[in-house]
Amino acid sequence: MSPEVPHAHDHAHQAVPSDPALRVKSLESLLVEKGLVDRAALDALIDTYEHKIGPRNGARVVARAWVDPVYRQRLLTNADAAIAELGYGGMQGEHMVVVENTPKLHNLVVCTLCSCYPWSVLGLPPVWYKSAPYRSRSVIDPRGVLREFGLELPEDVEVRVWDSTAEVRYLVLPQRPAGTEGLSEEALAALVTRDAMVGVAKVSLSEAGGVP
Amino acid sequence: MNGVHDMGGMHGMGPIHNERNEPVFHEPWEGRTYGLLFAMGAFGKWTLDALRHQIELISPADYLRMRYYEKWIAALVELMVKTGLVTRAEVESGTAAQGSPKMSPALTAEKVPIMVANGDPASRNVPGAPRFQTGQRVRARNMHPVGHTRLPRYVRAKLGTIDRNHGVFVFPDTNAHGLGEKPQHVYSVRFTARELWGQQAAPRDTVYVDLWDDYLEPA
Repeated sequence: MSPEVPHAHDHAHQAVPSDPALRVKSLESLLVEKGLVDRAALDALIDTYEHKIGPRNGARVVARAWVDPVYRQRLLTNADAAIAELGYGGMQGEHMVVVENTPKLHNLVVCTLCSCYPWSVLGLPPVWYKSAPYRSRSVIDPRGVLREFGLELPEDVEVRVWDSTAEVRYLVLPQRPAGTEGLSEEALAALVTRDAMVGVAKVSLSEAGGVP
Repeated sequence: MNGVHDMGGMHGMGPIHNERNEPVFHEPWEGRTYGLLFAMGAFGKWTLDALRHQIELISPADYLRMRYYEKWIAALVELMVKTGLVTRAEVESGTAAQGSPKMSPALTAEKVPIMVANGDPASRNVPGAPRFQTGQRVRARNMHPVGHTRLPRYVRAKLGTIDRNHGVFVFPDTNAHGLGEKPQHVYSVRFTARELWGQQAAPRDTVYVDLWDDYLEPA
């Protein structure tokens, strides 16, 4: 819209594209023009979370804990330091706590207030984790939520839900599946899924090559 | 604030859709939005708490309707206008106002790995004895601030037990509003599912919620 053309205030907001793709494109070019944004930095941020930081990080942590009982103990008592040993940490993983599943205890992680998630070990959260159904139901009906993910837990298993209301980020240490005694650490890591580390699934031998 | 973002325990939101092999960003604009938010956040003009609160201020109908990154765009625009990084007219026109001051330097690609690796710890190394000890019974305060808070409605006035002390952290209720960091202890507080939800809940199940000192009183 040229500045010479007068327009009523009522119409001003319609100049903003309603399509988010157009709106973001317009915003990005404005911020670049103003010297506030360097496009290469945006590319680097996107590349970091598309290709470098994701659930494979967490899977390596889990696999290490499965093969090394001393590491497992360090992970459960001082997660930040133990995770840093494998080279992970930083943004949205500054204050980590790892909670361990056992035959009688199942842990489930949620953020009812927004979308807090341990980026350093799991990358950015999937849509379902940020969605209203998951956020609303996990705390009041965790067993129903787990059933929807295909996980039916016996009554004598305690379900422990962790609501990430502060700056602490939680990672679930899943149970190591039976029949994996001969597997290498690398092969074990390949079995560990994102969903298992949030607590909506168990690790199974058939999951290899499933959710990245 | 008692907003729609405080969803714990609500009914009627429908089933959970777990998309197989989900991409990190579904469309390019989502990634650009993600990048813009962090590139602009790097100027240090607002805190993460202020960002969260800005998202909470989206009207309930829009909050439930909008896609995740649409909420980020809306909040980013409001924060940039509030802090004078851009004007609303600039956002609407998509071009910089003539003679507008340039703020620099912008976040560079070289600095991105450093920013990601360093993170932005919310813990503070300040002295102060914790008010509560592990194992102590506590009650979450019955309070309904109109501003930002991280005390979810579903635990207010409920009885819990201190499970562990996470250390001292910035207090969101003040920090989000530019009223100072007011650092204080944060505890993981264990609530039985039955204390929160009554007899419909499974007898052994529990919910752990991270709560600041100011949210709690001795029980």
